[in-house]
Amino acid sequence: MGLDFVPSASLPEKVRGTRIDENRIAPLIHFENVGLRYGMGPEVLRDLTFDIPRRSFQFLTGPSGAGKSTLLRLLFLSLQPTRGLIRTFDRNIATIPREELPMLRRRIGIVFQDFRLLEHLTTYENVALPLRVRGKDELSYRADVIDLLKWVGLGERINVLPPVLSGGEKQRAAIARALIDRPELLLADEPTGNVDPPMARRLLSLFLELNRLGTAVVIATHDLSLMDQVDARRMILSQGRLDIYE
Amino acid sequence: MNEHAEPQERGQQKRPEMRVRPTAPIVPPSNVSGNALMCVIAIMAFLACLTFGAVSMVRATAASWQSEISRELTIQIKPDDNLDMEAALNDARDLALTFAGTRDGQIIDREATARLLEPWLGEGLDLDELPVPRLVVVTIDERNPPDFAAMRQALAEKIPQAFLDDHRTWVNRLVAMAETTALIGTGVLILVFSAMVLTVVFATRGALSGNRHIIEVLHFVGAEAGFVATEFQKHFLKISLKGSFAGGTLAALVFAIAGYWQGRSLATPQSDQATALFGTFSVGAGGYLGIAATMIVIALLTTLTARFTVMRTIFEIDRIRSDPARTDGLPET
Ligand SMILES: Nc1ncnc2c1ncn2[C@@H]1O[C@H](COP(=O)(O)OP(=O)(O)OP(=O)(O)O)[C@@H](O)[C@H]1O
Ligand SMILES: [Mg+2]
Repeated sequence: MGLDFVPSASLPEKVRGTRIDENRIAPLIHFENVGLRYGMGPEVLRDLTFDIPRRSFQFLTGPSGAGKSTLLRLLFLSLQPTRGLIRTFDRNIATIPREELPMLRRRIGIVFQDFRLLEHLTTYENVALPLRVRGKDELSYRADVIDLLKWVGLGERINVLPPVLSGGEKQRAAIARALIDRPELLLADEPTGNVDPPMARRLLSLFLELNRLGTAVVIATHDLSLMDQVDARRMILSQGRLDIYE
Repeated sequence: MNEHAEPQERGQQKRPEMRVRPTAPIVPPSNVSGNALMCVIAIMAFLACLTFGAVSMVRATAASWQSEISRELTIQIKPDDNLDMEAALNDARDLALTFAGTRDGQIIDREATARLLEPWLGEGLDLDELPVPRLVVVTIDERNPPDFAAMRQALAEKIPQAFLDDHRTWVNRLVAMAETTALIGTGVLILVFSAMVLTVVFATRGALSGNRHIIEVLHFVGAEAGFVATEFQKHFLKISLKGSFAGGTLAALVFAIAGYWQGRSLATPQSDQATALFGTFSVGAGGYLGIAATMIVIALLTTLTARFTVMRTIFEIDRIRSDPARTDGLPET
């Protein structure tokens, strides 16, 4: 299925609707002199200073072990930096109380490298999970979820359990789950890691389409051919430092 | 173009009519560890209810020993040549009944006395030939007993041959024994309940440990800790209710059957012996209430443990966040 043929009007209303930005000027995420070390180990990340602007699209790349996954963890609020300042949605994450974390994470969609679908729930239920945990009524989102599943090409796999899905199908289900509540920021770690080049291209156009609709996207990958397909911002990590090519 | 596309699309949607199954619970409904937990809960509930019933029975019996014997006093009158026994017996009874706290006096007549002595002296006894003391049994209000000393004094003045036995020595011994029995029962009950609490807590935590990945995913897709905890609580409440209901019902059934058996064979010597020792097997309304209470306790225990464990798991996941030194259980982003 070529996403080019999918008119953006077919995206569910809920997914398309834009949020009111509290502050259009502030970037989504701001890093200032951020450093991180695991335990007593060496600093994995050193003096990172950068912004993730709203509605931006960027690749995060670098050799294996450079700290891409670590940086995504920082962006997803599942790690605190050892030093430096991170402002997420214009708030200093060092001072955010635990109870408020879920509320902030709801504004970030994440695609885990190993998908993390729940095996006892169908594709539909997995994708609907973020809405369900927000306490929404199933009837209010059923049509949206089904629309999104069709949009990612899983229309025929709605009632299937994850073990039955192929790698690429799982990947798309994981992506759909990250998108369903229309996050302001989408993080994806090696989202094309287990798929062939045509599927990788399809997934990439999915992310581009989403970005066109207003979501900032960060894709961690070391797939050069994937990055060559889009003229996007590149953040390159090496030896703990970050270089950005606009 | 949109306006054209919309209705057409709706039409297409209607025809195939996407069906989704009724939404499955977030926590997988049944698995091996869940079933094992249910068994453990059923067994512990059964044992706890059985112990509770048995202990309350023993305590009731101990209490009845004590109250039955302290409900009476006896006046013993020794025969004497210049004593009209029948008159003395009547006098003694009337005198006793003048005291506040007495209820009823009964003279043990000749036949009854003979029957009492039969085991020792054999049949065909002529009481007139023997200096056999006679008894007056006075029932008293155990909560408001008469003044034994004053009664003893008055009796001694009126009938020197009379001897008042207020059963105090017996009562005191029985009270001590009943108290010990009740104490032992309570101790056993505490032990069994502690074992139950620990077993249920650890079994619940064991059953939960296989679900850490679910907790993590829920947390990362934006669920609040309370929401996740509530989902698991619901699941474990169901398991524990099923388990404790099975165990409790079985225990109640055991008591009902034992009571029925005892009722049927009431006249046989074995059952009389059993009754004398253990009291009747009827656990009564209190016993059944206790069984219900045990079930509620187990249900509460399981759900609270589940809630607490889930909350702590989430707390641990979040602590990794504030402490990069702790890297166990990081999401594989
Ligand atoms: N949980 C952890 N505990 C200790 N050290 C870690 C942990 N996770 C990562 N590291 C170290 O941090 C460095 C960066 O790891 P990270 O996983 O971020 O790399 P990456 O860029 O994602 O690599 P890859 O491309 O292979 O996925 C590595 O040297 C790794 O050994
Ligand atoms: Mg990685």
